Amino acid sequence: MPATSVASFAGFGLGLRPPHYQDFLGGNVPIDFVEVISENFMVKGGQPLNILAAIGDRYPVAMHGVSMSIGSADGIKLDYLLRLKALADRVQPLWVSDHLCWTGIEGFNSHDLLPLPYTEDAMRIVCENILLAQDVLERPLLLENPSTYMNFADDAMSEWAFLSEMCRRTGCYVLLDVNNIYVSASNHGFDPLAYLAGVPAERVRQIHLAGHSDNGRGLLIDTHDHPVSDPVWSLYRAACARFSGVATMIERDDDIPPLSELLAELDLARALAAAWQRAA
Amino acid sequence: MNLLALQRSMREHLIRGAGEIRGQIQGDPSPRLAVYHHAYRSQLVDCLRDTFERVWAWLGDVRFEAAARWHIESRPPHSWTLSDYGDEFDRTLSGLYPDDREVAEIAWLDWSLRRAFDGPDATPIAPDALSGIDWDGAILHIVPTLRMTSISTNCAAIWTSLSEEKTPPLAARLHAPMALRVWRKELSPHFRAVDSIEQQALLMACHGATFAAICSAIAARMEPSKVPEVAGSLLAGWLQDGLIITVENR
Repeated sequence: MPATSVASFAGFGLGLRPPHYQDFLGGNVPIDFVEVISENFMVKGGQPLNILAAIGDRYPVAMHGVSMSIGSADGIKLDYLLRLKALADRVQPLWVSDHLCWTGIEGFNSHDLLPLPYTEDAMRIVCENILLAQDVLERPLLLENPSTYMNFADDAMSEWAFLSEMCRRTGCYVLLDVNNIYVSASNHGFDPLAYLAGVPAERVRQIHLAGHSDNGRGLLIDTHDHPVSDPVWSLYRAACARFSGVATMIERDDDIPPLSELLAELDLARALAAAWQRAA
Repeated sequence: MNLLALQRSMREHLIRGAGEIRGQIQGDPSPRLAVYHHAYRSQLVDCLRDTFERVWAWLGDVRFEAAARWHIESRPPHSWTLSDYGDEFDRTLSGLYPDDREVAEIAWLDWSLRRAFDGPDATPIAPDALSGIDWDGAILHIVPTLRMTSISTNCAAIWTSLSEEKTPPLAARLHAPMALRVWRKELSPHFRAVDSIEQQALLMACHGATFAAICSAIAARMEPSKVPEVAGSLLAGWLQDGLIITVENR
């Protein structure tokens, strides 16, 4: 029977990246879950699937994708969904997530997370795609707010209003990237606290924390190659006050440091979340 | 502008730098579009560097990046997965370096080893499983990760030196036609340079020829008295390398 809801899981985790495979395979890393990039394991065989099976024996796994292209106007690709479903059936993840974006259209794939206009036309297409994806996957999706570097002239609503309505129409959930909120707020001049206040708290299941860079031309870039910045930690503190029963993960994709550095960041996240719980 | 039209405009901007999208963006579009224009190309260059590590080492930073950027401009990505993007980079290099054939051949090797790494699983048969086989009607089934290509240069020696961070030999033409075969044994990709007789025999096996037909083809290229020894040697090598997954008797 297809799942219609995603259970809360208030754990603290890290992304599974190749430099840390051996640490994770040792099984003693003090984390509650790992997040894997789905596409890295949507392969026919060999070492990747062996590693994933071994990791899955040791930790709960969340699957996070970058290629669903939920916002493509020409529809979502069924062959991709079927590959993703095969992996999800194999892994039995905590949840399957991707991004509120589009990556390509009509056979072209940019392999980048491209921004959507927040219009009714885009809402209709995104929701149709989500409903199809959830039907094929037989589980609800989590969708992550992207870092964006431009808004569109036709935008009719804020990103958080778009997320809220999308969740209402489809029953999907939110993976809230706090760094992305900070980056987009800086790039577009909105109040990140208003964003947190506008997201439907009951639909948030996971938080991402990551680092960013300044491109020197007035824009922050979601580079995932730095430690989490102080303003993002402050925003995370505010997120802890608003969302409960939510998993938190440190996401690092480039200039990956020793595992101990990421675990130290994760300890800080734990401490901030615990401090809020004590205060509440 | 509806979503479909907007996405087509953005695609044209990314691929060709077309400007129609500019009117759809709030504020100054130049620095904002530049982020996406740069990210699209830099990610693909990084992908090619990662996949074609030995070609990168052979060509050096400047020539590799120029080739990668040429490839990106002429072949926008289409697959759902970034890991497919290196497909046909060897052809691009062949066009850019027609007189330096080792470049495309090293690229083929880089690419094929990467494909073998996460290719389909298969369990090779043990050598003692071959007893009692009627070799006249035997059909060998080969591991699905096997890939072969003809080569004309010492690309294998260059690749090996580069992978061991040793000074590679100068590029040189081979005196006799050779081929490379790439496959995965257990979890590790391997390659081996083979002569044209083994290349033909292995190609025939992949296409379902009987072992007897393979032996006949070998016999057409040498003294008949040498065929049993050569065929036996090929079979032993394939078993040793884990290339055979089943032997079917017809």
